[in-house]
Amino acid sequence: MIDPRAAIIGERLAGVRRIVAVTGGKGGIGKSLVSCLFATVAAERGLRTGLFDLDLTSPTDHVILGAPMGFPSEEHGIDPAMCDGVRLMSIAMFSGSTPAPLRGAALTGALLELLAITRWGELDLLVLDMPPGLGDTALDAMRYLPRCEYLVVSTPSIVVRETVRRMVQLLGERHASILGLVENFQSGDVAPSHELAAEFQLRWLPGVPYDKSLEAAIGDVAGLRRTDAAKAVGRIVDELG
Amino acid sequence: MHEYALADAVIAAVRETARSQRMSRVLQVEVRIGQLQSIRPATFENALTAVRPASDALVSSTEFSVVTVPVRLRCRPCNREYAPDLDTEADEHATEAIHFVPELAHAYLRCPHCDSPDFDIVDGRGVTLGRIEGEIDT
Ligand SMILES: Nc1ncnc2c1ncn2[C@@H]1O[C@H](COP(=O)(O)OP(=O)(O)OP(=O)(O)O)[C@@H](O)[C@H]1O
Ligand SMILES: [Mg+2]
Ligand SMILES: [Zn+2]
Repeated sequence: MIDPRAAIIGERLAGVRRIVAVTGGKGGIGKSLVSCLFATVAAERGLRTGLFDLDLTSPTDHVILGAPMGFPSEEHGIDPAMCDGVRLMSIAMFSGSTPAPLRGAALTGALLELLAITRWGELDLLVLDMPPGLGDTALDAMRYLPRCEYLVVSTPSIVVRETVRRMVQLLGERHASILGLVENFQSGDVAPSHELAAEFQLRWLPGVPYDKSLEAAIGDVAGLRRTDAAKAVGRIVDELG
Repeated sequence: MHEYALADAVIAAVRETARSQRMSRVLQVEVRIGQLQSIRPATFENALTAVRPASDALVSSTEFSVVTVPVRLRCRPCNREYAPDLDTEADEHATEAIHFVPELAHAYLRCPHCDSPDFDIVDGRGVTLGRIEGEIDT
């Protein structure tokens, strides 16, 4: 029995110039927020940008961007939702806020299905918001999306850095391309993750400050763009070109 | 019609497999569609013939036999196998969601014995390829 879906992924992404996966391994470190800001800032800079929420059990990008979810339009595949210049694909388009508890094989199955049927069209940049963990989806991205470049998010927390280090090590072992390390939730002028970047010879990217105005801007792209966090992510976008 | 996107995948996989087996022409392909995906075999057959490239002799005359495979789920906690009835157990929205992403069965279906959402899809999920018959290059 052959699963035909993997055979079409390359063609579905043929019009996408660059795929950037925002990762870090640890939960709650700002991967989704950085993904959303990265995508909206890139779109504002004139890049044709897509955002794929790969957190299949706990999607949140539509909440951060305030994108209404509903079944996609379909014509020879399904079309991402358009949200302030960003083409967004999320499993929430289908399941809304109903919980979908998925294990390994089911996570891979859902990911393959969405990769096989989503029409991204011509994009300069596709941002992948990775779920926490070094398991299913992290391995699937390495297997099915080998062109992926990784943007690793860390925080000043020693607990967070323990897991980020494992992720960086795994990516290195798999010869994945790592764009650099971003420290989120920065405050003051300490940047403990810098050590990690130096140890693994990762590009040290502009950090993102802890920004207490963020919460009020969630769901409002124009508001998000005005936050200090968005300005910081803008510097990352500029630096990565 | 996202069926066409899945049909693209089938054609791509058939071409890939046929090339790796050094076929010059694929005569017959068996395509199985899981009941969860709610795609009518006739619709999918039409999609397959519509999307295959007429210029590729490898697949331009292939006959497709499309069959629906009944869904079977196995509950992990109570280890029983069951066959859900989408018509009665899933409303229109749920059926449509499962049609797009069959794994969303986990959002809408429950074990009839213990009510658990923790099941494996044993069979009847989505589109797979069965037998591929063709002429081999000499
Ligand atoms: N720089 C920041 N300043 C203030 N709040 C932030 C910042 N970055 C993220 N947050 C907030 O922290 C919370 C966690 O962020 P987010 O959901 O992006 O993390 P995540 O890594 O995607 O989590 P998960 O692993 O669960 O997917 C959110 O409420 C988010 O708005
Ligand atoms: Mg997240
Ligand atoms: Zn049960």
